[in-house]
Amino acid sequence: MKGPNTEMKTSPSPLTQTRNTNMSTATLAKPQQGFDIKKFLANNGALVGLLVLALALFIITPDFLTGPNLLNIGIQVSTVAILAFGMTFVIVAGGIDLSVGSVAALSAMVSGYMFVSSGLPGGLALLAGLLTGLVVGTVNGVASAYGKLPSFIATLAMLSIARGLTLVISDGRPIKTAPEVSFLGGNSGPIPTPIVVLVIAAAVASFILNRTVVGRSMYAVGGNAEAARLSGLPVKQITVIVFALAGLFAALAGLLLAGRLDSAQPQAAAGYELDAIAAVVIGGASLAGGVGRISGTIVGALVLVVIRNGLNLLNVTSFWQQVVIGVVIALAVGMDVLRRKTRSS
Amino acid sequence: MSDRSSNCNVAEHPDEPLVTLKNISKSFGPVKVIKDVTVNVYPGQVQVLLGENGAGKSTLIKIMAGVYQPDSGQILIKNEPVTLANTRAAEAHGIATIHQELNLVGSMSVAENIMLGRTPKKFGMVDRSELRRQAKSALDRIGLRVDVDTPVGELGIAQQQLVEIAKALSINARVLILDEPTAALTKHETENLFRVVEELRAERVGMLFISHHLEEIAEIGDSVCVLRDGEFVAEVPGSTHEDELVRLMVGRSIDDQFPRRAIEAENPQIVLSVEGLGSKGRFSNISFDVKAGEILGIAGLVGAGRTEVIRAIAGVDRHDAGSVTVRGRRLPKGDVGAAIAAGIGHVPEDRKVQGLVLDATVNENLGYATLKSSSRMGLADFAGQRQKAEDIAQKLRIRMHNIDQPIRSLSGGNQQKAVFGRWIMAASTVLLLDEPTRGVDVGAKVEIYELMNQITAAGGAIVMVSSELPEVLGMSDRILVMRDGEVAGELSAADATQDAVMTLAALNTDEDQ
Repeated sequence: MKGPNTEMKTSPSPLTQTRNTNMSTATLAKPQQGFDIKKFLANNGALVGLLVLALALFIITPDFLTGPNLLNIGIQVSTVAILAFGMTFVIVAGGIDLSVGSVAALSAMVSGYMFVSSGLPGGLALLAGLLTGLVVGTVNGVASAYGKLPSFIATLAMLSIARGLTLVISDGRPIKTAPEVSFLGGNSGPIPTPIVVLVIAAAVASFILNRTVVGRSMYAVGGNAEAARLSGLPVKQITVIVFALAGLFAALAGLLLAGRLDSAQPQAAAGYELDAIAAVVIGGASLAGGVGRISGTIVGALVLVVIRNGLNLLNVTSFWQQVVIGVVIALAVGMDVLRRKTRSS
Repeated sequence: MSDRSSNCNVAEHPDEPLVTLKNISKSFGPVKVIKDVTVNVYPGQVQVLLGENGAGKSTLIKIMAGVYQPDSGQILIKNEPVTLANTRAAEAHGIATIHQELNLVGSMSVAENIMLGRTPKKFGMVDRSELRRQAKSALDRIGLRVDVDTPVGELGIAQQQLVEIAKALSINARVLILDEPTAALTKHETENLFRVVEELRAERVGMLFISHHLEEIAEIGDSVCVLRDGEFVAEVPGSTHEDELVRLMVGRSIDDQFPRRAIEAENPQIVLSVEGLGSKGRFSNISFDVKAGEILGIAGLVGAGRTEVIRAIAGVDRHDAGSVTVRGRRLPKGDVGAAIAAGIGHVPEDRKVQGLVLDATVNENLGYATLKSSSRMGLADFAGQRQKAEDIAQKLRIRMHNIDQPIRSLSGGNQQKAVFGRWIMAASTVLLLDEPTRGVDVGAKVEIYELMNQITAAGGAIVMVSSELPEVLGMSDRILVMRDGEVAGELSAADATQDAVMTLAALNTDEDQ
């Protein structure tokens, strides 16, 4: 930032002089502030909430801060968070994907079917599951980008289609998973494998979003698709990739879930799309698009899971749990509105 | 009534005015947009407001419609002073506005639209037969014959406009403000509208009429009030010759605001060549060349198809006839990426809607066009992009805290410079500028003009669409005038005057022949 003097020299007219000087003083009068607690709270509300929640549970119940319970939380977070990573791409790009729960179930079911009925080797069966998610996600993307269906509608349709196909393939019965898939649900030494997968998936998702051209483009497309298009970004291709990634991550989550049970369940992950959306939103993404981070999504998923875990430990019925989760989502979105207000002012 | 002899419609008149705006002034921030203007609307008369874009016409009608409050001056209704706090208050006083953008609900029927907010009820239910009856009588009054059950969205623009007029009359409007009602109408539809205007005249409704089509004024205007730069210029009878109207509207010295330095090169290369470009219903048969170092201005009225032509060249919209060639390379239709690769940079009409991702940072906004080309194996080149963005922000003197600030927080002029900066970063050599200085303050305007000079000095070519005539005249080396989606004529910088451009842009070419 140049000082007011250099600007005055270059200003062509008295009118601009006054204006520039004013601007500069305004700039100078607002130096880098120290720690702004209000701003920190607004930007990291979910993280602060999570810490407060954990502290409260630690005080209230001795069962919370124990090794087994924390690993249990880790396992539960892995499924929600991995689904939510895919959802983060979609929401950052300005869309929504209601089909991730069904796609998770379908992918695991296809993998199980390929292993049991088609006799595919276990490793390939696992890949078939991932491929299923990728293909279904691509269909979502094409319907949204080229078919001009709003993503809400396209993925609502897919929610039903994918669940239906899962039931068709399995005839409504669970199918045993390949050992390679079961491995994903097992343990790697003392640490449950889902947690390891979660860490890798988070690193990959974060890398995609932050370092790649496609990832950076997602922010532009979600922020203003028309401006992105006029700047030469291939908006439609990006949209397809976004949904394909969401499908792929959903498939991974579905395989983890099946691996834990050693079987693909026809009703697996039903309703998980709502948890995924909630995690992303609690994590600070804007449903209007253009804003969102993987780290935020992890915190969002942790908030959801820790609340459920804590309420379980406190013997609160699952009926009340739903009420509490709803309130938390409302609070988190309220925070999002507050954040946008402080930003625009 | 006003005793100022210099204001509109103060001549002897048999009737009392329905509405008077008396000695009205209005400023937005430091800019005075209306300076001490008086206008009367008399029963059974069509008062025309004439002026260039920015002359203050729309501010004036918004004051009459209750949208804006005047800073000083009075609003008189039948010679009684009133305050029009909002549009509802204006409507209560019988003043209705027919906007260019119609306020109708497309999915609802004609009858429902006319009676919107006043739906007749019987036992708490909509009284359908009464609804139809009242709507029908409103339509009869202006002689519009359409089925009142038709969804409004299925009607053409002209009929929708008449529905809106019928609606206004059915709420007992005594004064109609018609804001460029003919802009989107065909000749035949315009005649139809004017028949309705004649009927309203007979019913002694007062009308305030805005049009850029000069030939229409003689046809229906009783009196013409000419504004320039927010000031009253003259009041003349509607029968005044078009040339005289043009002379009154324009004509002021503007030399120094536009620092164009034309490039003198021997045999400059043709950089951009547009041949027979057409898009059904939008424009047709557009051909021109632009040489290295040249600024081609495209003038014309709003709706003449200028923006559409620019968008087609930039690959934003598909065209269906003709070709665009950049340095001998023919561009595929509707492919923004290919246009950018060929060196085209497009500064769109509305920077907030089409130009910028407002929540993203200055750095990101500068880098979108080069995000992909600077990447390696799909990975964004953060450091390199950032370095370039820093350099360009400094070069263009984009005033900001730092480059990671959301671009939303910058002033309009600095935002616009960032849109330019994106194309400078992409090393674009053919810039398509659509209203490049709209909503930009005077200082930043001159900076943008200097930037255009630098671009052409470096061998770049510029096509500039602008509704500000002085800007087109001041910055262009050559001017193409469009009218109704076609090229109405071409003028060299030496021959171009405001009169000459306006004559090409606004006169009815049929009558010229």
